[in-house]
Amino acid sequence: MIKEYIIEKGLFSINTILIILSSLMVIFLLNESIPIIQNYGIGDFIFGLTWSPDNNIFGILPMIAGSVIITGLSLVLSIPLAISCAIFLEEIAPSNIKKLFKPIIQTLAGIPSVIYGFFGLTVIVPLIRNNFTGSGFSVITASIILAVMILPTIISVSQDAIKSVPENYKEASFGLGSTHWQVIRNIILPTALPGIVTAIILGIGRAIGETLAVLMLVGNVNIIPTSIFEPARTLTSNIALEMGYATGIHYNALFTTATVLFAMIIILMSICWMIQKRGVGNAC
Amino acid sequence: MKIEVNHFNAGFGNMEILKDINLKIPKHSVTALIGPSGCGKSTFLRSINRMNDLSRDFCCNGDILINSMNIYGDEIDVVDLRKNVGMVFQKANPFPMSIYDNVAYGLRIHGIHDDYEISKVVEKSLKQAALWEEVEDKLFESALNLSGGQQQRLCIARTIAVNPDIILMDEPCSALDPISTLKIEELISELKKDYTIVLVTHNMQQAKRSSDYTAFFLNGEVIESGLTRNIFQNPQEIKTQDYIMGRFG
Amino acid sequence: MHVKSIQKITSFWFKLSGAITLAILMIIVSYILIKGIGAINLEFLLTKPVDSGREGGILPMILSSLYLLAVTSFIAIPLGVGSALYMAEYNENHKLEVVIRFISQVLASVPSIVFGLFGLAFLIFFLKTGWSLLSGGVILSLMSMPTIYQVSEVALKSVPEHYKEGCYGMGATKWQCITSIILPTAASGIFTGIILALTRAFSEAAAVMYLVGSSLEMPTSLLDTGRPLPLHLYVLANEGISMENAYGTAFVLIAIVLTITILSNHIISKYEIKLGV
Repeated sequence: MIKEYIIEKGLFSINTILIILSSLMVIFLLNESIPIIQNYGIGDFIFGLTWSPDNNIFGILPMIAGSVIITGLSLVLSIPLAISCAIFLEEIAPSNIKKLFKPIIQTLAGIPSVIYGFFGLTVIVPLIRNNFTGSGFSVITASIILAVMILPTIISVSQDAIKSVPENYKEASFGLGSTHWQVIRNIILPTALPGIVTAIILGIGRAIGETLAVLMLVGNVNIIPTSIFEPARTLTSNIALEMGYATGIHYNALFTTATVLFAMIIILMSICWMIQKRGVGNAC
Repeated sequence: MKIEVNHFNAGFGNMEILKDINLKIPKHSVTALIGPSGCGKSTFLRSINRMNDLSRDFCCNGDILINSMNIYGDEIDVVDLRKNVGMVFQKANPFPMSIYDNVAYGLRIHGIHDDYEISKVVEKSLKQAALWEEVEDKLFESALNLSGGQQQRLCIARTIAVNPDIILMDEPCSALDPISTLKIEELISELKKDYTIVLVTHNMQQAKRSSDYTAFFLNGEVIESGLTRNIFQNPQEIKTQDYIMGRFG
Repeated sequence: MHVKSIQKITSFWFKLSGAITLAILMIIVSYILIKGIGAINLEFLLTKPVDSGREGGILPMILSSLYLLAVTSFIAIPLGVGSALYMAEYNENHKLEVVIRFISQVLASVPSIVFGLFGLAFLIFFLKTGWSLLSGGVILSLMSMPTIYQVSEVALKSVPEHYKEGCYGMGATKWQCITSIILPTAASGIFTGIILALTRAFSEAAAVMYLVGSSLEMPTSLLDTGRPLPLHLYVLANEGISMENAYGTAFVLIAIVLTITILSNHIISKYEIKLGV
């Protein structure tokens, strides 16, 4: 019985470690952000248009714009394909094709982001440069690659949502003489909607957080882009670019950038959390 | 008396399920617990091996004595108790492992690791559970490939492998077809030579066919108990009569 | 439009979307494999890079990646599975469950570069562990733990209640029940989670780029600096050092990831057949 007690307490303490480590992360991020908040104010930092570490000016609005635009564009490219593919796998594909797709989605999710970046660099960048305008390092290049990267996340999470639509809803609708598309549009998609929204939010999280693939493709010029063929800079690529040599207040400014990213993720996950809770409420 | 229950009350949280149960269960016999759904017979059965302890809000008072020892006493180790009081569940629940490993499971967790000894007990238990001939040549295949009736007999074999004193059966045939049910009933009459069996059943015919004693539960109370013959042919209480005649439940 | 023609068009589009998804994967994987195969030979796999990677091989990078993977497995698997085990089998405190679940959901989505920044501030500057594979591995563990936790918790919670009843009914203690029934039944799910998390850790470059020291030397211990394969690929490609070696490195990376995926799927299906589920 003493052994059982020790095991239980041991397993409990692991959870404590998880809580302590994540608290430490928040504390370090906030602590290193304090100088920026005190000297510049969080408003000037977030809405400032100029980022010039040499002159101690730190404004991240162009990077926020870069992150948001690139994420939004990648969603526009990814969502229709991902959700259709999820419907295909759950509703249309015969079971052997469905089985075949499991490792395919897994592999798509498992390919290192550097490989995606490298593929973008050697294939998409020249493609954009030769067929459209600019250097090829642009918002659209990064968005195309990000769209592929978030594809597996959105497919697999919405697949789960579609799978969990009760069979009898569908049967009832088929029984009334609906076509498959009508069942999908009127029954499956509305019922699976909370799960699909969750899938999209997880996709947004992944797109905002992606660092190296974007860094390799987006050109990293610190302006608010006015066309999809212009370069931009994202919050993550900004940190990755400058972390290696930043000191003093510049170092703090990168931490504040990370804090902003962290806050964005917390907001996204809270939305996700609320949807999931409401979903459970509906199901009861 | 093998099991003696004195003024036993039990419930979950604020909900009272069993009220002042008094019952005597003789050894080497089959005692059937009958009654409508929700009458507390399963809760009572699960009190005898303290399976109810798995839900934290379970509470009880009064005594259940097995071999004159109060199983809710402080010195009782639940693990030893459950080794001594085996249980067969409503839904056959073989573990996702081979047939052999299922039967060997109890021996191994109770510290027996001698392969020769284990193989002897496995064979003996499967024979006792009237399953040996059907599975002899596929002992190392997954138990989940067996039919429902075979799975239930495997669960019985698994239970008797650790040589318990008492076997509790919680509606063991409710998910089975008539032929498998008959096999299990034959097995029950065979097993009572060596074990004391307490059987919860919904099936009146089954209680009549395979039990020596019967206790009729209603709303958490024992309305009547005694020899099965007497309960079915000459019930003393109106409620028992009504239930047996099929007027409710 | 007629209902039936809409049905035909939509049905075609859904099939097409499956085909497009498949095509995307095929194009990326085969592009890398075809372009990279030329760079692969024993010398490339078994020697040190020369002249910042313009010449020579990638052995130190393969070793660095393996060291990182070892540290991550060693820390993240027991912690991730352990905390899931506690949540699924022991915990009675609903608030703790909500807190842990939220934390792991957030941590699983926090950008890897933020983990890297935290590692730099906490491990390198605060604890002064020094730039090393160990520091990188610790941060990768923190990144991998939430995924292992999340997937394992789902797997553990889906172990049927009647298995546990059967097991306690035989007189098993909780720990016996966990080791003999619950873990083996949940094993394929837990294994999937571990593979998922480790593949990501193996593929990660941003989180460790400022922790591992990015050296080109052969690492001989965990306390040495190193440079894992993904980071090497990033440096080669982004700084335009050698495209040929970049393709070669990408080939090795993707070959390893593919092997892990195929092998683990194979093991899982074999195991599930054995269990009979």
